[in-house]
Amino acid sequence: MMPELGKYAGAVLGAYGLSLLLIAGLVGLSVWQAVRMHARLRDVEERGKE
Amino acid sequence: MQVSGRFLPWVAGLAALCLVVGLIWGFFLTPDDYRQGATVKIIFLHVPSALVAINGWMVMLVASLIWLIRRHHVSALVAKAAAPVGITMTVIALMTGAIWGQPMWGTWWAWDPRLTSFLILFMFYLGYIALWQAIEDPDTAADLTSVLCMVGSVFAILSRYAVLFWNQGLHQGASLSMDKQQHMSDTYWYPLVLCMAGFMLLFLALVLLRTRTEVRRRRLQALILRERMA
Repeated sequence: MMPELGKYAGAVLGAYGLSLLLIAGLVGLSVWQAVRMHARLRDVEERGKE
Repeated sequence: MQVSGRFLPWVAGLAALCLVVGLIWGFFLTPDDYRQGATVKIIFLHVPSALVAINGWMVMLVASLIWLIRRHHVSALVAKAAAPVGITMTVIALMTGAIWGQPMWGTWWAWDPRLTSFLILFMFYLGYIALWQAIEDPDTAADLTSVLCMVGSVFAILSRYAVLFWNQGLHQGASLSMDKQQHMSDTYWYPLVLCMAGFMLLFLALVLLRTRTEVRRRRLQALILRERMA
C-alpha cells in the first residue's frame, strides 16, 4: 500500500507529517477555543438571569 | 450566528472530504515525476497552502476595508480570525518549499524573489497578530491592523507575481496555467484541484469557527463590563 518513495522518502514523509501536524494543531486549537468561549459565555449569561 | 452555525458543519465536512480524498489520491495513487522523483508529491501540500496563504491575506484586506469604510464590527473580527489560519498556511508553504528545495535545488533556502516576498508576508502575518494582541481598545486595534493589512497586501500580491516580475531566482513559474501547452499532466492536476478545494474550504470553515469565537468573546467582555458597572 505504501508507495515506493526511494531516496526521497525522508523529504516526502517529513513534508506530509509536519504539514498534517500543523493543520491538526490549528483545527484542535480553534475547536478548543470555540468550546471554551461558548461555555464561558453561557455561564455569564446564566449568572445574569439569576 | 445562526446562518454561520448552519453552514459550518457542511463546510467543515466538505473540507475534510476534499482533503482526505485529494491527499490520499496525491500521495498513494500518483506516479513519480521523471525529473523530480517522489518529491513531486509535495506539490499537493505546497501549492494549496501557498494559495490559501496569499488569498487569506486578500480576505483580510477586504474585511479590513469594510471595517475602515463601513465600521462593521464583524468584518474586523473576520480579519482577526483569518490571520492565525493564514500564518499557519504560510508556514506550511515555506516549510514544504524548503523540504522540496533541498533535494531539487541543493539548498533549503535561496534569496529568490518569490521566497523572499513570501517570507516578508509571513512577517506581516506575525506583526498583524502581534498588533491585535498589543492594543487593548478593540476599535483602535482594528484601525491599526487594517492599515498594516493594506501595506502587507503589496507583499501578498508580490509573492504571487514575483516570478513574473523577475526572471532570476530558483523558483519555477506558475504551476497552474490555463495554457494547454504549459498545463501539468491530468494525473497530478485532478488531485491537486481537490487539495486546493480542500484547503480553501478548510480556511473558510476555520475562519467561520474563529469569527464565531471572536463574536462570543466580544459579547462576554460586554456582559462582564455590565456586571461590574451594576
